[in-house]
Amino acid sequence: MALDTRDVAKIAHLARLDVKRDERDHFSAELSNILDLVEQMRCVDTTGVEPMAHPLHMAQRLRPDRVTETNEREHFQQIAPQTEDGLYLVPRVVE
Amino acid sequence: MQWEPVIGLEIHTQLATNSKIFSGASTAFGAEPNSQACAVDLGLPGVLPVLNQGAVQRAVQFGCAIAAEIAPRSVFARKNYFYPDLPKGYQISQYELPIVGRGQVEILLDDGALKTIGVTRAHLEEDAGKSLHGSFSGAGGDLTGIDLNRAGTPLLEIVSEPDLRSAEEAVAYARKIHQLVRWIGISDGNMQEGSFRVDANVSVRRPGEPFGTRAEIKNINSFRFLHKAIEFEIERQIDLLEDGGNVVQETRLYDADKDETRSMRTKEEANDYRYFPDPDLLPVELDEAFIEAATAELPELPDAMRQRFRDAYGISDYDAALLTTSRATAGYYESVVDLTGDAKLAANWMNGALAAALNKAGLEISESPVSSEQLAGLIKRIQDDTLSGKIAKQVFEAIWAGEGDADQIIEAKGLKQITDSGAIEQMIDAIIAANPQQVEQYRAGKEKVFGFFVGQVMKQSQGKANPQQVNALLKDKLKG
Amino acid sequence: MHEQSITALAAALRARAFSARELTAHYLARIQQLDEHLNAYITVTDEQALAAAERADQQLAAGTAGPLTGIPIAHKDIFCTNGIKTSCGSRMLDTFVAPYDATVVERLQAAGVAMLGKTNMDEFAMGSSNETSYYGPVHNPWRLERVPGGSSGGSAAAVAAGLCAAATGTDTGGSIRQPAAFCGITGIKPTYGRCSRWGMIAFASSLDQAGVLARSAADAALVLQAMAGFDERDSTSADEPVPDYRAQLEDDIAGLKIGLPKEYFGEGLDPNVAASIEAAIKEYEALGASVHEISLPNAPLSVPVYYVVAPAECSSNLARFDGVRYGHRCEAPTDLEDLYTRSRAEGFGAEVKRRIMIGTYVLSAGYYDAYYLKAQQLRHLISDDFKRAFEQVDVIMGPTTPSTAFALGAKRDDPVAMYLNDIYTIATNLAGLPGVSIPVAPADGLPVGLQLIGNVFQEGRLLNIAHRLQQATDWHRMTPRLAA
Repeated sequence: MALDTRDVAKIAHLARLDVKRDERDHFSAELSNILDLVEQMRCVDTTGVEPMAHPLHMAQRLRPDRVTETNEREHFQQIAPQTEDGLYLVPRVVE
Repeated sequence: MQWEPVIGLEIHTQLATNSKIFSGASTAFGAEPNSQACAVDLGLPGVLPVLNQGAVQRAVQFGCAIAAEIAPRSVFARKNYFYPDLPKGYQISQYELPIVGRGQVEILLDDGALKTIGVTRAHLEEDAGKSLHGSFSGAGGDLTGIDLNRAGTPLLEIVSEPDLRSAEEAVAYARKIHQLVRWIGISDGNMQEGSFRVDANVSVRRPGEPFGTRAEIKNINSFRFLHKAIEFEIERQIDLLEDGGNVVQETRLYDADKDETRSMRTKEEANDYRYFPDPDLLPVELDEAFIEAATAELPELPDAMRQRFRDAYGISDYDAALLTTSRATAGYYESVVDLTGDAKLAANWMNGALAAALNKAGLEISESPVSSEQLAGLIKRIQDDTLSGKIAKQVFEAIWAGEGDADQIIEAKGLKQITDSGAIEQMIDAIIAANPQQVEQYRAGKEKVFGFFVGQVMKQSQGKANPQQVNALLKDKLKG
Repeated sequence: MHEQSITALAAALRARAFSARELTAHYLARIQQLDEHLNAYITVTDEQALAAAERADQQLAAGTAGPLTGIPIAHKDIFCTNGIKTSCGSRMLDTFVAPYDATVVERLQAAGVAMLGKTNMDEFAMGSSNETSYYGPVHNPWRLERVPGGSSGGSAAAVAAGLCAAATGTDTGGSIRQPAAFCGITGIKPTYGRCSRWGMIAFASSLDQAGVLARSAADAALVLQAMAGFDERDSTSADEPVPDYRAQLEDDIAGLKIGLPKEYFGEGLDPNVAASIEAAIKEYEALGASVHEISLPNAPLSVPVYYVVAPAECSSNLARFDGVRYGHRCEAPTDLEDLYTRSRAEGFGAEVKRRIMIGTYVLSAGYYDAYYLKAQQLRHLISDDFKRAFEQVDVIMGPTTPSTAFALGAKRDDPVAMYLNDIYTIATNLAGLPGVSIPVAPADGLPVGLQLIGNVFQEGRLLNIAHRLQQATDWHRMTPRLAA
């Protein structure tokens, strides 16, 4: 399965990864190789097989509706790149 | 040339749980920024979601209220996209297997007709945080502030079938859902605070043809704007198509100031959300016992109650609908009926004087200065002829103003109705004697003059004379 | 001291042969002297370790010490440690000081261990050689120009070189077992859901599992005992009681039925490695076990399946690294897109980017069915193969890796060749089963690992089976000679 540089650009955008033009060829080759490996999946017929999303055959546990967390804003914002007045700051978002 | 609008609504309602859908942080409104955003809500590395039972219960209750199938097994899926108010870079939602399946609601249209609107599904998901634009600046330009308190609040996304055919129907449906979620107590449905959000999918087609391309309209925060936004969009699409253009599938924002919809500026091609089942959560499996326990707490639903009021109390569908807009209103009504035994009178007063006063003052019925006992007290004095209808209004206003109960006010202001025929006769005699010209005119056939005499009696009696008696006695005496 | 088992160390501490403080100081000194050759540690936490050791000494004096009190261990730098840098081997988290503890860290701390530091690893646990770390590669203590395996390469090297008594690791496709094999030590990946994933930075959520690297099955049993168990903060945590692993170690294995999958002994397996494995199997036969050939027909597809499922999950798990709330942020972002794309491009290394892109691709519109859905269907078949096998046998054995430790740089330019290292270990993760690797006879002077795979929640049995071999043989006692 071959991915060309346009595919790479599209994927990189979806993943928000800055991939420069001169890197696209390289990624295109590497990713295509990996997809060749993955193509091997085709040789087994899986019609009617239930997909297995989870190794555990358990149902989701429900948590009682109680407030258990306290305000730890100062603690968590110590590691934040940029904050002001308790808000996380990012370059202006255009709607 | 005829065009038929086709509308579907997607409603997001915040569920009124104490804690978030996947974490134990509080959902209380109005807290300091990021003071209710715990590690899970912030999407710190290594955190994991655990599902809130209260959110599941409320979803099940909604499903029951719209007679929908509750999925015995439902799955959470990740909706992947990048936005600063979405800390994990994905929203935990439900995709292929939602918790609530197909259901329906009935809406009452302006002409009194009932229409059934299908609900395709309802599913659970987490809310994102909030962006505060342009409040900060730094080197490099304006910055946006992100508050993640709201991130993780449980949402129920309710998707209607594209069964709506006009802005009026859409608003009726939205109001219905609004009523329902507040009625069963799963959400406070506050559009201004953002706990009830409506997006509209609008398209037009020639009757009988397949559906046209639809546009999604967001940023509508009142029923009035919902109506206007949809009407604008229908017009816009019709104009576009009649000019030979094509409707583009896109997201548009409603601008209330300009009363128009416009395309969102982000040049996003249709977002590829890459949904897949969330591996941090297991399938939700609900058994009969859980569903029964959740729905055992459901009160009588509004439609059933409306019909019961209509049938048991002999009031119109219209009146019954008004009296069942909320459980509080219905409770108030039934209390008044219990105390007075007069369902029709109670309905008239509640849908008339009380509703008008509440609307004017912008109060909910729970905040009414006139309690149901007080209104019942007033109605009893009408029933026993102590008050005429007109005076009763005065008394109502006095109760509203906090001057006491009906009896106290009647006493204090001497408002008892005059029902003593003798006294009324005396008044009539005096007025007849004082107005010979009008008597002549009446006896000569000028019927209208009768009202003059009634007015005089009322004036003389300060409105307290019993109108029926006045009419009867006047007629008699004027005959001559 | 560093060559003794944890049991022996614990006994010595209780007997006051030396103090916990002395023991910890001993390890810290060794790290100081020797880690420059190995690069096994990213962060050494001297102060915290000594403070913990002092607390341990108090417990020892009061007679309230447990089996792990005062034992110096290391944590793979994927576990959040409150107040301590947690990098995941990545520039993205180079400045990240975790604001909370992982459950596994909490539990081991409660058991009284002294944390010596955070070990080096492949970036975001993606790799099989510990060459993708932002902090430089780890060297195999047996031969410094060789890789230690990955992604828990730092933990494996540290244990093998006596730079800690045991270490935690994580295993998503073999990241505990393969480095254990390359470094000649014991490694266990428990059943999925056995240990809590709270605080364990996620790579592939349905495959990741915390485990132990140690010098013996007996040591691993002690550490696992403290780590394992239900955690309400993790929805995928199994509410399954934790048995007494130490007691189980001594169970009898006579009559044990061992299954050897023919798919694990075919082409691609180094003949010298095969010979060591066969010798080990013979030892088991001598202990009363019987050997049966079995087949896991879909096992050969585990690598392609893994390289769809794991990247898909990781592409989503790593979306949170956007420079907004923590972690690396690029200089002077011009707008939001720039903030994201540049912070992420700068923060992530090449292998991580590759996997994010593959993952994004296989989930994208039009490809989901052909890739992701298909992979999950095959995963089901692979899991069924094991179910069928365990109807016939009690434990499955085979080589952990197709070869011994390769040279640093040998496979770095060929990602696919690197991926094939995990060919025997991946299926276990896909099926969520427990797996152990123990050292057997070396080949060409380099360690060889024997893999044991058990049925769900059979960790105790696996450790027991491993322990029996370690009682009958000396392979696990071999240690690399490191010049000071």
